[in-house]
Amino acid sequence: MPTFVYMTSCDGCGHCVDICPSDIMHIDPTYRRAYNIEPNFCWECYSCVKACPQNAIDCRGYADFAPLGHSVRVLREPEKGTVSWKVKFRNGEEKNFVSPIRTTPWGTLKGPAEYDRPSADDFKSQELAHEPDALNIDGGLPALTPDRLKQGVQ
Amino acid sequence: MFSTNPFSALSSTVSPDIMQTFVVVMVLFVVAGTLIDIVHKKSARYFFENWRKVKEKGAKEIGGGEMVSLAAQTAAVEVLTSAEFCNQRRRLAHLLTMYGFVIYVVTTAIMVFGYPTPETATPAYLPNLWYLGGLMVCVGGYWFWFFIRVDVAAEGHSPFRIVRADLFILSLLVSTTAGLIWAMLQASGSAATGVFLGIYLIATTVLFGGVPWSKFSHMFYKPAAALQKRVETSNGTRRNLPPPADKPATLGDPTQLPRNY
Repeated sequence: MPTFVYMTSCDGCGHCVDICPSDIMHIDPTYRRAYNIEPNFCWECYSCVKACPQNAIDCRGYADFAPLGHSVRVLREPEKGTVSWKVKFRNGEEKNFVSPIRTTPWGTLKGPAEYDRPSADDFKSQELAHEPDALNIDGGLPALTPDRLKQGVQ
Repeated sequence: MFSTNPFSALSSTVSPDIMQTFVVVMVLFVVAGTLIDIVHKKSARYFFENWRKVKEKGAKEIGGGEMVSLAAQTAAVEVLTSAEFCNQRRRLAHLLTMYGFVIYVVTTAIMVFGYPTPETATPAYLPNLWYLGGLMVCVGGYWFWFFIRVDVAAEGHSPFRIVRADLFILSLLVSTTAGLIWAMLQASGSAATGVFLGIYLIATTVLFGGVPWSKFSHMFYKPAAALQKRVETSNGTRRNLPPPADKPATLGDPTQLPRNY
């Protein structure tokens, strides 16, 4: 379900623009409020929905199963580490879900710019950026050395 | 320089009656512009329809006393301290600009109507406050314009790219900056005084005359929207949001600006 913005609730802070991995959340040049420029390209990751401090972003259900009269509203409570969903169906039925979203305080993750810049040698390593630290694996990533291969495999 | 009433000094070339008429016309521009904006955008109709729906759907009725309490909370929190801004830098810039503008406009009106000529001596604190208000608008406004504005901060556009949504902030900044420069040049007897007086008057006319096309009237809409938000929270409709999760708050301050953006 792609996302959309209630422009009367949006205050144009730009958090959704910053966080959207598909780069489809942008600021309307006339009203300076956020909007989803291309719902077809929405990954439906709901990063913007969860990041919006004004609860101004909702999901639009697909027309084939959720036509007029439904709603999907979300409440992020970073101080509790939860995200709550309220799904309202056309017949008035309502379902509420609460999910944990994180175990560390909001804003404590290191952003990519806060890591050291990679050196030329880092590109020869098989590890991806910020590995193994970012994976929280003590002693590094498990590696399959040649002596542990099955006999006959080189 | 900062203790001189620039409008009484100007009265030697421009009649105080013209200055006072100009201020009255600007006030009329704001009133008329806001009314045109309300009618054109149908914002009042939307507001009251939404108000009725919220009242009908609400789990409980809001009494008169509670409504007064909610209005007082809105005035103290959203209006006076701009607490609805989640970004603390943006909030600070807004507070500087807002209070600066209020001080600047009020002292302008007092000086133009109360002390229009050098015959009535202006108390020194009025021009001082006028300069202080203008500087506050400039500090908050330029900080917002070059660093905080979402087009620059999130969209990555150049700070010099101008669209219609910039009409309010840009005319406010040009008006205030040109006003301060004009007052200082006039006090020092510079030949360029007239140029900056012209820019000041044009920008001020655009600021107040452009209300139907700019976001000037947000200063009237925002308190109403903030009150409605509080009423919705209080009567149980909560803008259709889920109820708060039944979990303790253990992960710190949610108002802290996330670093991971």
